[in-house]
Amino acid sequence: MAGPDRRAAAAARHRLLPEGRVAGPMPWIIAIMMFLTVLSAAAGLGLGAAVKAMGADLAGRATVQIVEADAQQRDRLSASVAAVLRKVAYVRAVNPVAAAALADQIRPWLGQDAASGDLPIPALIDIELTPGQTDAKVDRLRRQLAAVSPKIRLEPHAAFLAPLAGLLSALGWLAGGIVLLMALATGAVVVLAARAAHDSHRGTIDVLHLMGATDVQIARLFQRRIGLDALFGGALGFTVALLVIVLLGARLLATGSELLSAIHLPWTSWAVLAALPIGCVLLAMLAARWTVLRSLGRLL
Amino acid sequence: MGFTAARPLCHGCTQGEAGSAQAPNSRMSAIVQFENVGLRYGLDSETLSDVSFSLASGGFYFLTGASGAGKTSLLKLLYLAQRPSRGVIRLFGEDVVTLPRKRLPGFRRRIGVVFQDFRLVPHLSVYDNIALPLRVAGMEEGEIDAPVSEMLNWVGLGDRGQARPATLSGGEQQRVAIARAVIGRPEILVADEPTGNVDADMARRLLTLFEALNRLGTTIVVATHDLPLMTQVGGAQMMKLDKGRLSDPTGSLRYPPKPQVAG
Ligand SMILES: Nc1ncnc2c1ncn2[C@@H]1O[C@H](COP(=O)(O)OP(=O)(O)OP(=O)(O)O)[C@@H](O)[C@H]1O
Ligand SMILES: [Mg+2]
Repeated sequence: MAGPDRRAAAAARHRLLPEGRVAGPMPWIIAIMMFLTVLSAAAGLGLGAAVKAMGADLAGRATVQIVEADAQQRDRLSASVAAVLRKVAYVRAVNPVAAAALADQIRPWLGQDAASGDLPIPALIDIELTPGQTDAKVDRLRRQLAAVSPKIRLEPHAAFLAPLAGLLSALGWLAGGIVLLMALATGAVVVLAARAAHDSHRGTIDVLHLMGATDVQIARLFQRRIGLDALFGGALGFTVALLVIVLLGARLLATGSELLSAIHLPWTSWAVLAALPIGCVLLAMLAARWTVLRSLGRLL
Repeated sequence: MGFTAARPLCHGCTQGEAGSAQAPNSRMSAIVQFENVGLRYGLDSETLSDVSFSLASGGFYFLTGASGAGKTSLLKLLYLAQRPSRGVIRLFGEDVVTLPRKRLPGFRRRIGVVFQDFRLVPHLSVYDNIALPLRVAGMEEGEIDAPVSEMLNWVGLGDRGQARPATLSGGEQQRVAIARAVIGRPEILVADEPTGNVDADMARRLLTLFEALNRLGTTIVVATHDLPLMTQVGGAQMMKLDKGRLSDPTGSLRYPPKPQVAG
C-alpha cells in the first residue's frame, strides 16, 4: 500500500468515532494524577539520591572522643591518640578539632559557659578511613584505642545519621508506593472512561459489529482515542510538575542547606520521570482495550 | 473507473427490468436453513415459534406479516444479531447457533443488512457511511472511491456525499442505508422494510438494484408490507409470518400473485 493511501485509510478509520474527546473529563483527571505522580516520583528519587550521597559521604568518617574531665590530661591523651592514629595504615586523615571551634559549635546550646573551660567538653579528632570494609576497620580501631585508654570512644558518622537516612529512605519508599497507587487509580479512571465512551457510542459499535468488524478492530478505535486523551492529560500534568520541580529546586539551592542541597536528581532519575507520561499513555491504552474487549465480549 | 471490472455490481443495470429474477431450482443449494427455530425475548412468550424454512442460494424472497408478527425478529436471527432460544440455524451450510463467537464476523461480512431504522452513523458523512463495510473489510483506500461514488449515483444521492445523515429526508436516509448494505456485494442481502419511506418511483428503482444484485448471485430477503412491490419481481417467493409462526406450517414457500405492473 502506498504511503498516502495508508494515511488516508488510517484517517478514515479514525473518523469512525466522532472528533473531539471521547473520554469526558478523563484527560483532566489524568493531568492531575500525572502532576501528583511526577512530584511523588521526583521526591522519592531525590530522597533516594540524597540517602545514597549521604551514605557515600559519611561511610569512611568517624570521630574519636576523648572523655576526660581534666583539661591537661585530656590534651596529653588527645595528642598521643592522634599519634597512634597517624600510624594506622587504613586511617587516611587525622584532624583534631580545635577546642575553640568546638566551643563555637556548642555555644548556641550551652551559652557562654561553653568557652569558659569549666565544662568538661570532650576532645574530638575527626578521622577518615580508607574506603571499603568500614565496619571491620572501625572494630579493629576501637580495640586498638581501648588499649590506649578506656576514656576513648570511636563513633562512626554513619551511625549518627542512620535514623535520618532510615527516615529518608522510608519517605522514598512511600513516594514509590504513591506512584504505584496513582498508576492503579489512573487505570481505574481509564476503565470508567472507556466504559462510558463505549456506552455513548453504542449505536456506532452495533453497526460496525453487525457489518463484521472484529472486537479488536473496534477496540483499536477506542484504544487510540483514549491514548490520545491520556497523552494530552499526561503531557499537561508532566509539564506543570516539571515547572514546580525546577522552581522548588531553585528554592532548595537558595536555602544553602547542605542537607537539602544533597537532594538533586541524577540524569537517570530524569529519565524515570520522563518515562511516567509514556507509561501513563500505554497504561491508558491497555486499560481501554481491555475494557472495550470485555464489553464487546458480552455482545453476540 | 476500475470499479466496473472489479465489482460489477451495477454494471448493465437498467431501470424497470423486472421479472428477471430466477426462480429457485434444484441446482441451487440452501444458503439459509431454519429448523424449528424459536425466539423468546426475556420471560415473554415466544416471539417466533417453530419457524422452519430453507432459502435457496440466489433466490429472491419477500417476508410479510402484520406489524408485530416477528419479521424484524426473524431477520435479526438471519443477520446474526440475535441467537435463537431453540432450534437450528444454518448459514452457508454451517450451524451458526453453536459457532464460536470469534467466527461470527466472517459470516457477518457475507451478509448485507438494511435496518428498519437505518442505523446510519450520525457523525459520518453519507459517503463514509456507505464506505463503512468496505473499510471494515479492510479494502484499500484507493479502491473505495469508485464503488462508493457509483453507489451514491445509483441511489440518486450523487451530490449529497458530504452531507450528514441528519440533514437528509427519511427516504434519502433509507437510500443511504441500502447503498451501505449492498456495496460490499454480500452473498445474502437482508432488507427490513427498505422501501417504507420512499415514493413508488424510488421504490421501483431500489428494487431494480436488488434485482441486479440478485442476478449476480446474491440471495435477497426483503421484509415488506408492500404487496404491489412484491408483484414486480417475477420469480420471487413469499413467506408470511402470523404471530410468530410461518403461516404455512409445512414451510413451503409460495409465489406471490402474478405481476400486475408491466415493466
Ligand atoms: N428487543 C426486544 N425485546 C423484547 N421484545 C421485543 C424485542 N424486539 C421485538 N420484540 C417484540 O417481538 C414482537 C415482534 O416484533 P418485530 O419487531 O419482530 O415485529 P415486526 O414484524 O418486524 O413488526 P413491524 O412490521 O412493525 O416492523 C413484538 O411484539 C415486539 O414487541
Ligand atoms: Mg419490523
